Amino acid sequence: MHIIESGNTAAAHGVKLARAQVIAAYPITPQTPLTEKLSEFVAAGELDAQYIPVESEHSALGVCIAASSAGARAFTGTSANGLLYMHEQIHWAAGARLPIVMCVVNRGVGAPWTIWNDHQDSMSQRDTGWIQLYACDHQQIIDTVIQAFRLAETVNIPVMVCYDGYILSHTYMPFDIPTAEKVDAFLPPYAPDDALDPGKPCNLNTVTMPDTRQDVDGNTAPGYMDIRHSLHADLRTAVEEVVAIDREFRNLFGRGGNPLVESYCCDDAEVVAISLGSLSYQLRTVVDALRKEGLKVGSAGLRLYRPFPDQAIIELLSGIRRVVVFEKAISYGNQGPLYADLKSALYRQTTRPEVENYILGLGGRGIQTEELTSILRDACQGPGVENDAPRFIGIRI
Amino acid sequence: MTKKYTCLKSYSRSGPGDAGNTGSWRVLRPVLDENLCIPVKSGKKACFSCWLYCPDGVVSRTIPPVIDNVYCKGCGICAEHCPTGAIRMVEETVLAVEEEE
Repeated sequence: MHIIESGNTAAAHGVKLARAQVIAAYPITPQTPLTEKLSEFVAAGELDAQYIPVESEHSALGVCIAASSAGARAFTGTSANGLLYMHEQIHWAAGARLPIVMCVVNRGVGAPWTIWNDHQDSMSQRDTGWIQLYACDHQQIIDTVIQAFRLAETVNIPVMVCYDGYILSHTYMPFDIPTAEKVDAFLPPYAPDDALDPGKPCNLNTVTMPDTRQDVDGNTAPGYMDIRHSLHADLRTAVEEVVAIDREFRNLFGRGGNPLVESYCCDDAEVVAISLGSLSYQLRTVVDALRKEGLKVGSAGLRLYRPFPDQAIIELLSGIRRVVVFEKAISYGNQGPLYADLKSALYRQTTRPEVENYILGLGGRGIQTEELTSILRDACQGPGVENDAPRFIGIRI
Repeated sequence: MTKKYTCLKSYSRSGPGDAGNTGSWRVLRPVLDENLCIPVKSGKKACFSCWLYCPDGVVSRTIPPVIDNVYCKGCGICAEHCPTGAIRMVEETVLAVEEEE
């Protein structure tokens, strides 16, 4: 069924179709309408879930960790400083290998306060061991939320579904809500083998030793480093799983096909603009305009940021002359995080494209299509930049 | 699920020795004076504060109570709670010298 609704509502419908069993969230702009919608679904009896109101985001994820440990499908959502308040529990959920799904409705981080969009919040959590997926429109939001549960439960790693605050969360767009029957066929109930059970008492995530140890049954139990290495190894394998799950989703629902990097007009391109989220779709407008001028330019957006799809990036950018990375986040005192990751992926290639880094849209600063067009036109025709220093677009003072 | 994913976790059944021989961490050893111990003196299953308060469950609920020195970390909570002062915390170094002699 096609409806015209907000991005937050699209996410809520995804959670409903995924039959989440426990939802714990604390309201924060611009995530609030998402959790309001979910509480309405639960109150109306449309979603058979425990909606647990909490006093903070730290508690929200704490509840999800407990629920997931007990074998329930758990969901939460947040933004900006709320996400940062969860930080300790975010690491915990990944280390405990719990398949929680969280929507991060991207917003800039205080101080000073801003409620508007950028990617600094989710970027600051990229090294926590969660999978990070980015959606570019409302259809991708609902589809990605459904796929995120399947992915998380396949690899036992929690997943963040990130989408742009206001630009996607509060705008209205048509999107298809798949039928419950189809989603049930795609996403079977969550049934972990080692859920907490009062009949079988056990210890979870108790203190580990620097080395392995003998457990009470005489088996060798892993130490901290073994457990953390396993998280990294499984994250790397998860890249293939993202592709496999997308393929299955496409066969059932007829949508998808670019689960790692979604490219536009890149096949014959000389210059490619790289970004995350809805910005990559805005850049398509720029590409269309420049193609009319005869410039060979393309746009690509990463749908998966962690684990980093380095092989897909290498393949996409092979033979490209120049790459322009546009980012709504910065690793303060260095460069854009995506820029650094992208360069790192290309380092071992014998022929590498020239690379440029632009920072824009922090705290909702307007991103003018004309400015993007001018930068990409220069990237096609100009001599290029001489160093790695990120260039800020739209600075007024 | 296939074993494509290693998915190591810190997961264990509870039981003695799950964290190794924690008695080796001990600096002070609890030593019971049976002449002061209520269950021993009364011959009744009474008191057992040491058993109740031990955070590691290494004190038995028997007459006399027995402390498992393989796992006792020597925290001294039993000595603190004993109403008759029957448990003394003695330096392991002192005991080692005594045991050598």
